[in-house]
Amino acid sequence: MADCGEPDGPGNKDDITRSKNEGKELSKEEKQRLRKQKKQQKKQKERKNEKSETEKEKTPVSLLPPPRPVATQKAPSALPAPASAPIPVPASAPFHSSPAPSPADKPAKSKAELKAERRARQETDRAAKQPGSSSSGIKTKVPLSELNPVVKRLPEHVQVDDPAVVKRLAKKLERQQIPLRSDYGYKVSLFSHLHQYSRKAPLTQQLSIPSTVIHPSIVRLGLQYSQGIVAGSNARSVALLHAFKQVIRDYTTPPNEELSRDLVNKLKPYISFLNQCRPLSASMGNAIKYIKKEISNIPSQCKEEEAKTKLLTCIDRYIEEKIVLAAKAISKYAIEKISDGDVILVYGCSSLVNNILCEAFEKSRKFRVIVVDSRPRLEGREALRRLVQRGISCTYVLISALSYILPEVSKVFLGAHALLANGYVMSRVGTSQIALVARTFNVPVLVCCETYKFCEKVQTDSFVSNELDDPDDLMVTRKGKTQLENWQDVSSLGLLNLVYDVTPPDFVDLVITDLGMIPCTSVPVVLRVKNLDQ
Amino acid sequence: MPGADKEADLTERIEAFLADLKRGGCGTGPIRGSGETARETTALLRKVTAQARWSSAGDLMEIIRKEGRRMTAAQPSETTVGNMVLRVLKIIREEYARSRGSSEETDQQESLHKLLTSGGLSEENFRQHFVHLKANVIEAINELLTELDGTTDNIAMQALEHIHSNEVIMTVGRSRTVEAFLKDAARKRKFHVIVAECAPFCQGHEMATNLSKASIETTVIADAAIFAVMSRVNKVIIGTQTVLANGGLRAVNGTHTVALAARHHSTPLIVCAPMFKLSPQFPNEEDTFHKFVSPHEVLPFTEGEILSKVNVHCPVFDYVPPELITLFISNIGGNAPSYIYRLMSELYHPEDHDL
Repeated sequence: MADCGEPDGPGNKDDITRSKNEGKELSKEEKQRLRKQKKQQKKQKERKNEKSETEKEKTPVSLLPPPRPVATQKAPSALPAPASAPIPVPASAPFHSSPAPSPADKPAKSKAELKAERRARQETDRAAKQPGSSSSGIKTKVPLSELNPVVKRLPEHVQVDDPAVVKRLAKKLERQQIPLRSDYGYKVSLFSHLHQYSRKAPLTQQLSIPSTVIHPSIVRLGLQYSQGIVAGSNARSVALLHAFKQVIRDYTTPPNEELSRDLVNKLKPYISFLNQCRPLSASMGNAIKYIKKEISNIPSQCKEEEAKTKLLTCIDRYIEEKIVLAAKAISKYAIEKISDGDVILVYGCSSLVNNILCEAFEKSRKFRVIVVDSRPRLEGREALRRLVQRGISCTYVLISALSYILPEVSKVFLGAHALLANGYVMSRVGTSQIALVARTFNVPVLVCCETYKFCEKVQTDSFVSNELDDPDDLMVTRKGKTQLENWQDVSSLGLLNLVYDVTPPDFVDLVITDLGMIPCTSVPVVLRVKNLDQ
Repeated sequence: MPGADKEADLTERIEAFLADLKRGGCGTGPIRGSGETARETTALLRKVTAQARWSSAGDLMEIIRKEGRRMTAAQPSETTVGNMVLRVLKIIREEYARSRGSSEETDQQESLHKLLTSGGLSEENFRQHFVHLKANVIEAINELLTELDGTTDNIAMQALEHIHSNEVIMTVGRSRTVEAFLKDAARKRKFHVIVAECAPFCQGHEMATNLSKASIETTVIADAAIFAVMSRVNKVIIGTQTVLANGGLRAVNGTHTVALAARHHSTPLIVCAPMFKLSPQFPNEEDTFHKFVSPHEVLPFTEGEILSKVNVHCPVFDYVPPELITLFISNIGGNAPSYIYRLMSELYHPEDHDL
């Protein structure tokens, strides 16, 4: 393997390491084939010898078209091997002779020059190729493009353990002039692929204030997210949309640029920044997709003022439709499910569920509420305050007392952070536990969720994609003693503070959405209907 | 008079013990662990046997029953006290039967045959006086004390049979027995422990610090994450406050959730409980099963105005039904929950079940 390696020139580190990795994968399969075809290709070898240095980098890159997700790295390298007879042959021969060409030329060439050379080579190569080989060239391209729609690009925030991905993200953030947030504390090995940030080190400390790159309302929003001041799926989406409205108001199209393209590019660094402050939620992702679509649909002859007002009204309408009116519709359906004398159990603070309960109380239903809360976030206290203010009689327990309190309960209402395409409900950690114990006691579980939170992801456990909160939150001081005070110093001790978990659909009896009351498994149907509408 | 002094001394010790029991009612658990409570109770009962005035086994049993009732009344949730009283009563019965020369099996259980043929209450009234009964009883109680001293070690010795390497073990809250169990296994095997912190008292934190000091890879999780991480757990090993007569548990709150999550993922649930925790109670007494402590642990007084309008509960125990338990590991070995009734009949006499 080592013989295929090219020495790292200082100027071309990135390209060469990339191609080196891919070269290594190809060379294993290629070597045997090369030995067989060596004698036949001698003539072409002599012809290509002069271009050998640069082709080594070019051919692996050209055989592996742009999206280079981790999963597909093996696949494309396997595909060229069987169908590779004519094409890589001219270039594969140089593989074999790789030690021969002078490595001394490499450091001298810069990245841009290499790129230009590569492009030139590609043109000449394509012209020089025989019809037979060019068709097989297309053949290799086709199966790869078939692969692309099936394998989506993995989001960066679940690939923290892959150094290549982390490096790529760092480069991207550097380009956008956004500081990179560093991980904090010992990460439990099961979750080494996720980020873990500390609340005491917000991203804004590394920014210069006033920041010229990021709009101040976005900076403020990012800080509110990372400190937990704005929390909850709906609250975060609404805050995001309001911040974007402010951005649009302050935006002016630079000369020679189109608003539809430039504004989208302007929003990209903001979204990266917010992602660094706190990973985006599914609802925020859907809202951003909607805004980007609306912006790119602005016709080019539209005047700037008109375009801006159009966008602002679009955003207002989105909030009105998807959040406010949806909440009203859900309340209407849910109130049918609440009867007099009910004892309703809720978990944490879901704005939608609180809304439903308050509306039901207004409509003079007689019920009482049990609020279940959990450390370390203790969001249930906020829900308790809101409900008690309305005059609803409430009981408050911690989640460990669930088995004690459930025999009294007649219904469980849960909120959701997102509904996944395989029917699983992603919600605050602890929700799956409540659904499990409720099922054991034969208490119906109803999940309330607006349709804009439905997402195409599929997930079966809470490990692959989750959010790790600040581990220091788990520390508690009782009677003047903090047991876990020096947990960082103890090497074998780790704290795990999960934010989300997924509830399997067999624990959930009903999902109440603005489209009606559906079972958990109908989520992909709703997604399809929504896509057709749009 | 020396006798009176001794009696006063004895009464003082009993009063001090009762006061300790009453004070130990706050949520963080008794001032001593249950093992120490058991030892203290047995030592006191030995003293009572040695110093109180009695002439026949029946008298002694009456005295012990009286003291036992006072002790259990001080802290009803601390069942080890009552269990030890029952053990001592059984010891007295056995020694009496041995002194009389009759085999132990005859007046053991109530069979239908015996009920019909004997025609009424057993004529055994323990009125015979035996010279060496006192010495025998005290010797037997000493044996009991030795057994109590070795329970934790006996359980810990079985650790290697149940834990293999690279396991992920989950535990809840703090149990000295489980701590010794895991530390013993850690001497030879490498494994990972996940501790659920068990709010609001968060005893899991202390457990985690102790385990990590023994170089065991430990992770602390919040109670809410129990089901989320359960899919990666190979075994759940927990301690308990009491083992009930039907094989169920009265354990710290949150244990029922752990048991349900373990059943959902088909993960074995192992309970490490020494025999002195086995109690002849059944779990159907609704009003006496649960114990509550100050709700200020759950919703502190700093919350202000809403406190007067809200009901707050802070139960300490959870009931875990025997169907969810895979194995009991005690100082006499491993047993299935379905065998508990048999163990009970060996330890306690059925007539003593109600003190």
